[in-house]
Amino acid sequence: MKKVYFDHTAGMPVDPQVFEAMKPYFNHFYSNPSSLHSSAQEVRRGLQNAREEVSELIGAKNGEEIFFTSCATESNNWAIRGVASRNRDRGKHIITTTIEHMSVMNVCKYLIKQGYKVSFLPVDNYGLVDLEALQKELTDDTILVSVMYANGEIGTIEPVKEISEVVHDKGVYLHVDATAAAGQVPIDVVKEGIDLLTLSSNDMYGPKGAGALYVKSGTRLEPLIFGGGQERGLRSGSENLPGIVGMGRAAVIAKARMRKERSRLTKLRNTFINGLLETISYSFLNGHPTKRLPNNVAVRFSFVEGESMLLNLDIAGVAASSGSACTAKTLEPSHVLRAIGLKHEEAHGSLLFTLGRQNSEEDVGYVLDLLPDIVKRLRVMSPLTPKEVKESV
Amino acid sequence: MYSEKVMEHFRNPRNVGEIPDADGVGTVGNPVCGDVMAIYIKVKDNHINDIKFKTFGCGAAIATSSMITELAKGKSLDEALKITRNDVADKLDGLPSIKMHCSNLAADALHEAVKDYRKRQEKHQNG
Repeated sequence: MKKVYFDHTAGMPVDPQVFEAMKPYFNHFYSNPSSLHSSAQEVRRGLQNAREEVSELIGAKNGEEIFFTSCATESNNWAIRGVASRNRDRGKHIITTTIEHMSVMNVCKYLIKQGYKVSFLPVDNYGLVDLEALQKELTDDTILVSVMYANGEIGTIEPVKEISEVVHDKGVYLHVDATAAAGQVPIDVVKEGIDLLTLSSNDMYGPKGAGALYVKSGTRLEPLIFGGGQERGLRSGSENLPGIVGMGRAAVIAKARMRKERSRLTKLRNTFINGLLETISYSFLNGHPTKRLPNNVAVRFSFVEGESMLLNLDIAGVAASSGSACTAKTLEPSHVLRAIGLKHEEAHGSLLFTLGRQNSEEDVGYVLDLLPDIVKRLRVMSPLTPKEVKESV
Repeated sequence: MYSEKVMEHFRNPRNVGEIPDADGVGTVGNPVCGDVMAIYIKVKDNHINDIKFKTFGCGAAIATSSMITELAKGKSLDEALKITRNDVADKLDGLPSIKMHCSNLAADALHEAVKDYRKRQEKHQNG
C-alpha cells in the first residue's frame, strides 16, 4: 500500500547526513567536554562547532549566544521562567498570546500562581497578533513579551520585526518560540530584534532530545536547571553531544537548502490547499493564506469530524493530524483553533497536513484524489449535513 | 488505539441513514466534544423492527452508533432500554478510556428514541 507522511510538525525523520555526523559521538568521542585530558578536546570542538552552526542559522553574532537544552519545551520554560525570575525587581508582568504552544501557556499559568500578571493577547481570524493591542498592554511593570515566530497548527507567521519594535520601545525583552519556523524560513535575530529564541532539533530533521535557546548577550536570565555549571553556568547537565552535534548539522543542511526547499514546498502547499478548496464544497483554510509556513496545509470541512477523516486517511496509508479533541488527551478542541474564532464544530472538522522534504507532487495528488470521497461519505452519515449539501458533494 | 472490532464497524458501519417516517427519534450530542448522534426506530408489536443512525463524530462515535443498531434490532422496547453504554463498549472489545464518556452516547440515543416513541404513543392515545 502507498504510504504518505504528512505529519512533519508532530515528528520528523533524522536526515541521513545528520545521523552520520552523530554516530562517532556515541562510542568514539564519548569524553566529557569538561574533562582536562586530550580526548576531551575533540568533543569540545564538536560542541563549539555545533554552537557556531546553530548560531549561523538564525543570524546570531556568534556561538556564545547559543545554549543547548533538551528540547523546545525546556527552552520555552527556561526563557520565560528565567527572565521572570531574574527581572522580578523590574516588574511582574508578562505578555503572550492565545495561540502559543502549551510549553509557553502552562509556564505562564504557573507564573500567575507565583504572583506574576500575564496578559494573553487575542489574535485575529488569521492568527495574527494585533500590534495596537500589544502596545496597549505594555506597562511599566512589563518585563517580557513571548510570541511565537509561526504557529505550527495554522501556519501563520507573526510580524516579529514589528512586534519587536513595539516591545523594545518600552525596553522589554522579546522571547520568540521559533520551533515551527526555524529551518523553514529565514530568521535573523539581530535584524528582527529578538532577545531570546527557542529552537528545536527534531523540527529541522535533527534528532529528538535536543533543543537550544538563543540568548542575546547581556540579557538578564536565571538558569532553570542548576548543577555543575555547564553552558556557562546557565544550563547544567552533561552535554548531550550526539544530539547537539546532530542539531548543528541539521542547522547547516537547513540553511543550505532553505531557498530551494522553501519555494518547492510553497508551490506544493498551494497546489494542495487550492486543490482541496476547489474540489470539496464547504471547505476553508485555517490561518493566513500568504503569511504562512511553506509546509503547512491546515483546512477544515463543515459537517464532518476530524478524527473520522484521519482514520479514513490512515486506512488509505496517509498520516496526517487534526486539531480535534478526540485525538488529543483533552476533550476540548485545540486552543489555537478556538483563538482564531472557530466554533467547536468547526474546530472539530479541521485537518492538518504538514509537508516535508520527502513529499512529492504525487503525494499531494494522492490525497487530493482520496479526501473528497472520504468527506462525502462522512457527510452522508452526518446529521449536521444540510440536504442540499448532501446532494451537491 | 482502537480495537479491531471498533475499526471494523468504523469501516463498514451498519444501518447508516435516516428513516423518514420513523416512529421514534433520539438525538443526543455534545458540541464541545464533537459528537452528535441521531437514532431512528420503526416499532412493530412493541419491538424494534427497523433502526438507522446518523452520526457526526470520531471513530468511536461512529462505531458505537453502528453497534447499537445491531444490538437493538429485533429487541423489545423494554430490552432496548436495558442496553447500557458499557454493553456497547464491551461488544466492541472496549474503548479508549477518554472515549468512554464523550463518544459512547449511542445507548443514550437509543433510549431517547424509545422514549420519543412512547411519548408519541401517549399523545396519540390521549389525543
